[in-house]
Amino acid sequence: MDNSNLHNLEEKFQAKIDAEIKIEPKDWMPEKYRKTLIRQISQHAHSEVVGMLPEGNWLTRAPSLNRKLILLAKIQDEGGHGLYLYSAAETLGISRDELVDQLLTGKAKYSSIFNYPSINWADIGAIGWLVDGAAIMNQVMLTRTSYGPYARAMVRICKEESFHQRQGYELLLTMSQGTDEQKEMVQDAFNRWWWPSLMMFGPSDKESTHSAQSMKWKIKRKSNDELRQAFVDATVPQAEFLGLTVPDDQLKWNEERNHYDFGPIDWDEFWSVVKGNGPCNRERLKARQKAHDEGAWVREAATAYAEKRRKRKAEKESTQVA
Amino acid sequence: MSKQDWPLWEVFIRSKSGLHHKHAGSLHAADAEMAIENARDVYTRRNEGVSIWVVESTNIAASSPEEGDMFEGAKSKIYRHPTFYDIPDEVGHM
Ligand SMILES: [Fe+2]
Ligand SMILES: [Fe+2]
Repeated sequence: MDNSNLHNLEEKFQAKIDAEIKIEPKDWMPEKYRKTLIRQISQHAHSEVVGMLPEGNWLTRAPSLNRKLILLAKIQDEGGHGLYLYSAAETLGISRDELVDQLLTGKAKYSSIFNYPSINWADIGAIGWLVDGAAIMNQVMLTRTSYGPYARAMVRICKEESFHQRQGYELLLTMSQGTDEQKEMVQDAFNRWWWPSLMMFGPSDKESTHSAQSMKWKIKRKSNDELRQAFVDATVPQAEFLGLTVPDDQLKWNEERNHYDFGPIDWDEFWSVVKGNGPCNRERLKARQKAHDEGAWVREAATAYAEKRRKRKAEKESTQVA
Repeated sequence: MSKQDWPLWEVFIRSKSGLHHKHAGSLHAADAEMAIENARDVYTRRNEGVSIWVVESTNIAASSPEEGDMFEGAKSKIYRHPTFYDIPDEVGHM
């Protein structure tokens, strides 16, 4: 393909994006668009999968059967979200095994939030309310992303997410009506998850390297800072309702902007966790690797069973012919 | 057959009797039966379906986007639409 031809295709592609026509797997797309999407969708998929770990930590210790069933259902949803997203990434020409491999070898990233530990039961509530809440802000935007399979996966995911956030908030609401000790647990969990949740939206717009191109291609439709602000505005009143103090002495309603002002984010902490030095980075990957290794026999058994079923069917058919 | 060879299956779900099966997504599985079971577990956890079809992705033949003019013919045939015909109001609903 010569240069003018490529330029032509790129122009047509951008025109489609500008006209809000979705891009589908077999459509022509710039190599960089494909690569950006594979990176973003697979990171997103890995986040769903690794995100099961901090919650799984509490499954056997849930305080009631009811809470255990709810948590189990939520974690199962997250596994499903991983699947929807891996499938969307596969439509771009990368295999599932490659994707899993990239996660296990540490080549691929996942959301840094899951490198924080879940150390008390209130953390489960905080994760649902804040972490899923922040994810929802991002995912609602992505239901309108320009790549069809990604957008469709997001629609499905968003339908399921709302229960995740609500069960978390309700859990905290219940605890915040309990003993002083339970109230303290809620405040403690909130203190630890508040700032990492704000970091989930990624670096500030000034620092974000991929943002401009992603906005032009309508992979993203809102900037990191816009989404973060929307999250703060939505969440602060919910925290107040729980009787919580936001761990930020600069947080203040700004009448003029019609938004909350909030204090600076510790980006050194953010980058340190991204680079692998968070409290649980190593533990998470080890747990994933262990689950993958210990699941090997299940994959082998399924393969063997399918083979056996195929043979039986073939035998039955051949005797029928005879 | 290793895990790498598990085919990709496209999943179609009928949300309730009387409606078409509609594409819901895809998944890998060792055979059709397991693909249906997996599809039940991931795509119908909230009563989204009463019936599931799975078909190996490689068995789907598809038109290609470059053949965009494949659908050109239909665009000019406006007389195939009811709005093409002017019927006086006095005639009533038709
Ligand atoms: Fe999720
Ligand atoms: Fe979730």
